[in-house]
Amino acid sequence: MSDLTRKTAVELADLMSSGETSSVEITQAHLDRIGAVDNAVHAFLHVDTEGALAQAAAVDAKRAAGDELGPLAGVPLALKDVLTQEGVPTTAGSKILEGWKPPYDSTVVQRLKAAGIVILGKTNMDEFAMGSSTENSAYGTTHNPWDLNRIPGGSGGGSSAALAAYEAPLAIGTDTGGSIRQPGAFTGTVGVKPTYGGTSRYGLIALASSLDTPGPCARTTLDAALLHEVIAGYDPMDSTSIDAPVPPVVAAARKGDVTGLRIGVVKELGGEGYQPGVEARFHEAVELLTKLGAEVVEVSCPHFQYALPAYYLILPSEASSNLAKFDGMRFGLRVGDDGVNDAEKVMSLTREAGFGDEVKRRIMLGTHALSSGYYDAYYGQAQKVRTLIARDFARAYEQVDVLVSPATPTTAFAIGDRIDDPIAMYKNDLCTIPSNLAGNAAASFPVGLADEDGLPVGFHVMAPVMRDDLLYQVGSALEAAQAEQWGGVLMSKVPELEVAR
Amino acid sequence: MPSITREEVAHLARLARIELTDEELDHLAPQLDQIIGLVAQVSDVAADDIPPTSHALPITNVMRQDENRPCLTPEQALSGAPAAEEQRFRVPRILTEEA
Amino acid sequence: MTVVADVMDLESALEQFDPVLGLEVHVELNTRSKMFCGCGTVFGAPPNTQTCPVCLGLPGALPVVNERAVESAIKIGLALNCEIAEWCRFARKNYFYPDMPKNFQTSQYDEPIAFNGWTEVVVDGETYRIEIERAHMEEDTGKSTHVGGATGRIHGASHSLVDYNRAGIPLIEIVTKTIEVPGEKAAAVARAYVSMLRDLLLALDVSDVRMDQGSLRCDANVSLKPKGSPVLGTRTETKNVNSFRSIERAVTYEITRQAAVLASGGKVIQETRHWHEDTGITTSGREKSDAEDYRYFPEPDLVPIAPSRDWVEELRKTLPEPPPARRARLQAEWGFTDLVMRDVVNGGAQNLIEQTVALGVTPDAARKWWLGELARAANEAGKDLDALGVGAEQVAEVQKLVDEGALNDKLAREVFDGLVKGEGTPAEIMAARGLALVSDDSALGEAVDRAIAANPDVVEKVQSGKPAAAGALIGAVMKDMRGQADAAKVRELVNAKLGI
Repeated sequence: MSDLTRKTAVELADLMSSGETSSVEITQAHLDRIGAVDNAVHAFLHVDTEGALAQAAAVDAKRAAGDELGPLAGVPLALKDVLTQEGVPTTAGSKILEGWKPPYDSTVVQRLKAAGIVILGKTNMDEFAMGSSTENSAYGTTHNPWDLNRIPGGSGGGSSAALAAYEAPLAIGTDTGGSIRQPGAFTGTVGVKPTYGGTSRYGLIALASSLDTPGPCARTTLDAALLHEVIAGYDPMDSTSIDAPVPPVVAAARKGDVTGLRIGVVKELGGEGYQPGVEARFHEAVELLTKLGAEVVEVSCPHFQYALPAYYLILPSEASSNLAKFDGMRFGLRVGDDGVNDAEKVMSLTREAGFGDEVKRRIMLGTHALSSGYYDAYYGQAQKVRTLIARDFARAYEQVDVLVSPATPTTAFAIGDRIDDPIAMYKNDLCTIPSNLAGNAAASFPVGLADEDGLPVGFHVMAPVMRDDLLYQVGSALEAAQAEQWGGVLMSKVPELEVAR
Repeated sequence: MPSITREEVAHLARLARIELTDEELDHLAPQLDQIIGLVAQVSDVAADDIPPTSHALPITNVMRQDENRPCLTPEQALSGAPAAEEQRFRVPRILTEEA
Repeated sequence: MTVVADVMDLESALEQFDPVLGLEVHVELNTRSKMFCGCGTVFGAPPNTQTCPVCLGLPGALPVVNERAVESAIKIGLALNCEIAEWCRFARKNYFYPDMPKNFQTSQYDEPIAFNGWTEVVVDGETYRIEIERAHMEEDTGKSTHVGGATGRIHGASHSLVDYNRAGIPLIEIVTKTIEVPGEKAAAVARAYVSMLRDLLLALDVSDVRMDQGSLRCDANVSLKPKGSPVLGTRTETKNVNSFRSIERAVTYEITRQAAVLASGGKVIQETRHWHEDTGITTSGREKSDAEDYRYFPEPDLVPIAPSRDWVEELRKTLPEPPPARRARLQAEWGFTDLVMRDVVNGGAQNLIEQTVALGVTPDAARKWWLGELARAANEAGKDLDALGVGAEQVAEVQKLVDEGALNDKLAREVFDGLVKGEGTPAEIMAARGLALVSDDSALGEAVDRAIAANPDVVEKVQSGKPAAAGALIGAVMKDMRGQADAAKVRELVNAKLGI
């Protein structure tokens, strides 16, 4: 039988509905694959073998009973370890949460379960989603299946690597400054950051509340759209959730037509600091879209250059407060409770021992930015920059339907390359951050390999708030045209991983 | 001149309840100084007449009805507690009264 | 325990200094669910049975605002003549404390829902206007029990146990502007203000306002300035003031303590102080140093609240009668003098008398019990009148027994004593204590005969035209019956026997 792990989610769903295979078989195939390759990739922090097989069996039973099932019922998925799942260890990549089992499901998990999607386990990430490489995980770095010496991107590197290593056909990520899109670009997979408020944050361990957005990851645009539809939509448990119908993402992905679509190339996101191979693939993709009937123009977003500094004020400020609850009093790690140390001391020792360097850096930075005397100069100013960036977007969307850029300035870098240079690391997110600050929808789609290193390049599409459907329209048009060009999807070029015995 | 001194970093660590080691302070202070140099650029651009944005989306008045929802059981509530006693969270002694 | 500071006597203190007050009152709302989640708010529930991921501050949980809490905040703001914000936000107040699950309190900072109000209180017939700075919404913290030390105090404890049932209960914090009234009135005005707030909040039906249960808590800021000086002194914030009496006492104590410090050339330290009900003093809590930096910023997990003007006007229509008008109306209805009404208000008896009168008791009888026997018991117990454990229904029941002749005033006082001590219903107390009046005519008749036989001189006086002397005979009978006789009936019998 052909390898079930190579199939798309749509193909797997078809095989199940035609009765050719079962969810248990599919799930077992993926668990086997994880067993075989995850030593090398380290995409997973926890594999829930029993839970996944039980979920799969339940879906199979429902199908046998003739129950109506969703389009992705029985398909396995890898869940970023930042979303709570009742009774399943959830660490957010941090020592401070080691062994913690949440007593509740996040809204995303509730919806996955309701759709019959099988959760294989929790994927690795930079600690509290702070990072662009998974090197900040307290549990070791994830390796990029395209080149195991390279990082898979971050913070959601575990989810993307799981897709690229064929350990799961679907994954969930969360995107605060690019944590879905940048790993998507680095692994040749599809990563979508929905409109802020389009997907619920309830049960997402907060990094920066005003920026965090859960979203779908997959190897194809249509798979991503189907998953998007499952997890998106209004949630009364999240006050920042948008009470409006989910944009027609699946229909857009199926349509994949860009005729007449006005596309703006952002002038400021390119040139110096961008790898030639990245720019080459990006421009090819733009030309391809022109051939497919899109109208392409160049647009200027002059304030995007301030997005990075604004982001590194807003994010640490919110994070410094969000992470205050990790103090060893109610859950997780507690250090130094010797009967002599008082609560304050135990909190400080716990946080010292439980947080990694980058988390400490950002907590300190945020604490500084919110301090009396600095608030106006830092946090206050950053929020004004946010306004300016939103205005840049608004002006651009008067001329075009979507904006495009490379997803990242470079391809995946080597493990250890930037670990001691926080600012070089931060610059990974130059292209992705503006959409987090403005709250609009954005995605990265694979558009080939860079000539100089043979690594995947991501094409970044930014659509207006609640026009997530436009992302899929562009992504799916590109995907179809390229498949024709290459004789298959990009992922078919990923090197075979050595399978452990 | 650095925009943030080692002493200020030590003060921030106390505010943030992180018991940093001396080595960490040595390491962190110059890094923070560098990062602050980067982020301070925000002052170059945003003028007084620009309103701040704290929420990307203009939503207001999200409220729920005053209705009860099921609570966790005390066992669930305490399930993650590093220490519990008499159905309460056991915490080390508290030296200062509340703010 | 800190060394007890020297104090100056109040009179001397006020000769040299003028006190300046500021009052911060925290009110727990009586909503069914918490401020930001659906957990229950029942007082006294078993520990950690009213918690969820939101109010426990578990990773990933998010707050959603309780609409009724916002409604209550607006009503309170309107009743205090405040402006209601057209647009306001929540903010995070960041500080670490074990009973605060998220290590920040979701509160309001520079954008409160209500601001710039005023109200009035009456003390000794004088009306004082109190300016209201703001009323804002926030959430309560959990409750710590300190284990291993003396009497549950924080000092000397080996560890603490935290119950988060209270965490997240909606609070409204009402903050006055500085209050400057004649020094000798300051403490009484502070008490009257809180007492008035209590009545107001009850009338608004937004809180249970039980100081003994912590649903009304008062922090008193006190500073002194030298007589005639415009310069404000350093203030202290006294916390843990949990009854109306202690507000008055704590303010007075701080005036006399600060006066002693200043008069001896010392400096008042800006700090939090704690009121000790038992010893009647305040002790130093924590210095308000610069290190305290709450790093307020707009709460990113919540969106702004923009109460529509229609909603505000709708709520304005539901406001009850303002307390001063209510007091005047009740005084007229009850026919009390200004002096009596002042005692009623100061004694915290207005609502209790109103409830008792509503059950058919005359205003004078209701006042007699509430301000007499029950006020004395409350005073002895160091409690506010409404926390005594005796309600209007019981007072009405006792009064009915008096009216029916089953009790006289003396026995009624004993019944009240039993009620305060929780000995059961009036009937049970009467039975247990053997308090029934002797209404058996023959027993009374025999007692009267004994009194007449034992007091021939009195009998002679009465029969020689001095009927008032019969009182001595009645007294003798009552004594004989150990008070358990209906005095009116005894008089009837004596008069009959003596033929007058």
